[in-house]
Amino acid sequence: MKKYAVVAAMATAFLSSTAINAAELEVTHWWTSAGEAAAVAEFARVFEEQTGHTWVDSALSGSGTGANPVIISRIIGGDPMGATQMNTGRDAEELIQAGLMRDLTDIAEELNINEFYVDQSLLEPCTYEGRIYCFPVNIHSWDWLWLSTAAYEEIGQPVPTTWDEYVASWPALEEAGILPFGLATGWPIAGVPGVLLSGIGGSELVLAVNRDKDVEAVRGPEFRKVAEAMDAIRSVVSPDTMVPAFADVGNQILAGEAAGNIHGDWLQGDLQVAGGVPGEDYECLPALGMNDQLTGGGDAFYFPVLPEGTDPEVLEAQTELAKILISPEAQLAFNLKKGSMPIRTDVDLSQANACMQKALKLLENGLLPSGDFALSSDTQQQLQDLNIEFLGDDSITVDDYVERYASIIETAD
Amino acid sequence: MADMTVEQARKGGAGSLTRFLRNIFLRNLSAKIAAAPMMATVLVVFVGCTIWTIWYSFTNSRLLPSGDFVGFEQYQRLFATRRWNVSVTNLVTYGAFSLVFTMVFGFLLAVLMDQKIRFENAFRTIMLYPFALSFIVTGLVWQWIMNPSLGLQGTMRNLGWTGFTFDWLTNPRMVLYALLIAGLWQGVGFVMILMLAGLRGIDGEIWKAARVDGIPTWRTYLSIVLPMMRGVLVTAVVLVGSGIVRLYDLVVALTDGGPGIASEVPAKYVYNYMFGAGNIAQGLAASTMMLLTVMIIIIPWAYLEFGGKGNRK
Repeated sequence: MKKYAVVAAMATAFLSSTAINAAELEVTHWWTSAGEAAAVAEFARVFEEQTGHTWVDSALSGSGTGANPVIISRIIGGDPMGATQMNTGRDAEELIQAGLMRDLTDIAEELNINEFYVDQSLLEPCTYEGRIYCFPVNIHSWDWLWLSTAAYEEIGQPVPTTWDEYVASWPALEEAGILPFGLATGWPIAGVPGVLLSGIGGSELVLAVNRDKDVEAVRGPEFRKVAEAMDAIRSVVSPDTMVPAFADVGNQILAGEAAGNIHGDWLQGDLQVAGGVPGEDYECLPALGMNDQLTGGGDAFYFPVLPEGTDPEVLEAQTELAKILISPEAQLAFNLKKGSMPIRTDVDLSQANACMQKALKLLENGLLPSGDFALSSDTQQQLQDLNIEFLGDDSITVDDYVERYASIIETAD
Repeated sequence: MADMTVEQARKGGAGSLTRFLRNIFLRNLSAKIAAAPMMATVLVVFVGCTIWTIWYSFTNSRLLPSGDFVGFEQYQRLFATRRWNVSVTNLVTYGAFSLVFTMVFGFLLAVLMDQKIRFENAFRTIMLYPFALSFIVTGLVWQWIMNPSLGLQGTMRNLGWTGFTFDWLTNPRMVLYALLIAGLWQGVGFVMILMLAGLRGIDGEIWKAARVDGIPTWRTYLSIVLPMMRGVLVTAVVLVGSGIVRLYDLVVALTDGGPGIASEVPAKYVYNYMFGAGNIAQGLAASTMMLLTVMIIIIPWAYLEFGGKGNRK
């Protein structure tokens, strides 16, 4: 008798769960730091509130270098998730070409996305043979210099307003026992040259190197200044002062232990979670305070093609999630927490903090293609290897660096 | 003994080929049928996948294995890459030290353990315990111990030895030896247990005979016991050696290849380029080179070890 009771209970449970027509949708992403996690929770909240489907959160650690391989192998290996975040750029290029990503063109046409996307270049990597395969959900930029107000108070100097002033303040900082440039181990250094490229080198150099892959531009005098700035950073960074994660650098800046750091705008999410207020606890200089354009890429959501026989509810959930991610409500909630810029022009950003306001102003001048936007992941990995090696080995001269950078750009695709 | 094997291997030529073939197909037929599924697995999974790996390393495949044949292009790029060359040098250095030290320490510990000491079980457990931990845990533990500001160096300085320096983890020239310490800590206990089993397998009569002849204990170990433990030694070398070639997780957990690229290893290069950079062909070229290295070591050894025995019968 007992057995029948169990079966009956299970049957009722089963029936009632299908009756609501709710699906579970697994979403993978690598937003794991405190600020990022708070931001992605907003997406999940809006999605669940508006559709009744369940957002099954699969956060992967290790950022683009650690999580991206897991996501790609799951899709290639025939175990696709319902939706996944990836960087806007060329990482998923081949997956799209191989037909592993769901075609979102119908949804795009229904919503008429060309109307509201802030920069059409964002949609380029998502487009293949005229069809759209992913939706960028934010614009993020590496081009930020974060400065610690506490550190500059301690040495009695005003907080710098350009890169050159910042570099000039290093000796005084070192004397006071403050780390001039905070840095986390691993990939964070990989973004720094790109920031120096746009800040010191200027917009033309960014286009020449990242878009046109112009080797002569790398060997030219403008790029040399960029390499020399890398050399300067190398002189004040040593392996035993490096911290494990980029969010730790944020804490160092708030505490005044480190004076500055070049890192993407997602650091701001962590600064906010830790209680920092822009203008009081930290200052931000977009494009090092020297350029009037930002290089940018962003994050995009992809919806892998699910295997035959998948519950149509799940497909429906994919469609609804795609719409919600770029809806004004979700865009606002997400980007305020993340510290990145929304992709819509019609979002009211009066709540955004001072740093985001600065960025919005620069965004009006158009977006420059960042390295992870314009270069293949193979080329990015080679550049990252070079930068990590350069930083750790003082015997590599600036000339060597320029030459090796040039040879990577020469074979870049 | 080794000389004899070489000699016989040299003599065995075309004459023994027919006998060799007959041996392969007819001797122990039932056993061969029983082993057939396993042999099929080996052929398909190991041999098949190896051939697949080698073939695609000659293409220009990126994220998906679908590229065109490009000859040795991937290999040219591989050997022009500084990170790969540093990785290979690192592995050779680490491997040489690791092999020698694990074997020597493992044997010495086993000899000490073999002196009919009290609480042998307890000591054996303690020594073997690190082996129960994965390389990831080992790496994390030693990362804390060797962290200059929080670990051993920090502690000693706080205790008053302000000049005490132990910064191997952040010193590009010493970081390999930091890896070595963690690797040895994890692996020596296991080799010790193997060696101890070998020592226990030596007949007590031999010890008595050696004592009657007045041979000193150390000499008995070196000249009599050690050669008799050949089987155990070979097993230990193979196990330790294969552990060295696939060295990856310890590096990821302890140093992540840093500082700079000072502790990069080939397996990490393969992983990064295959999955991180989405360049399968480059990763496969690197793994083919790893395979080739292993082959160069294994084939002559296997020839001596197994080829010789077949002729002896």
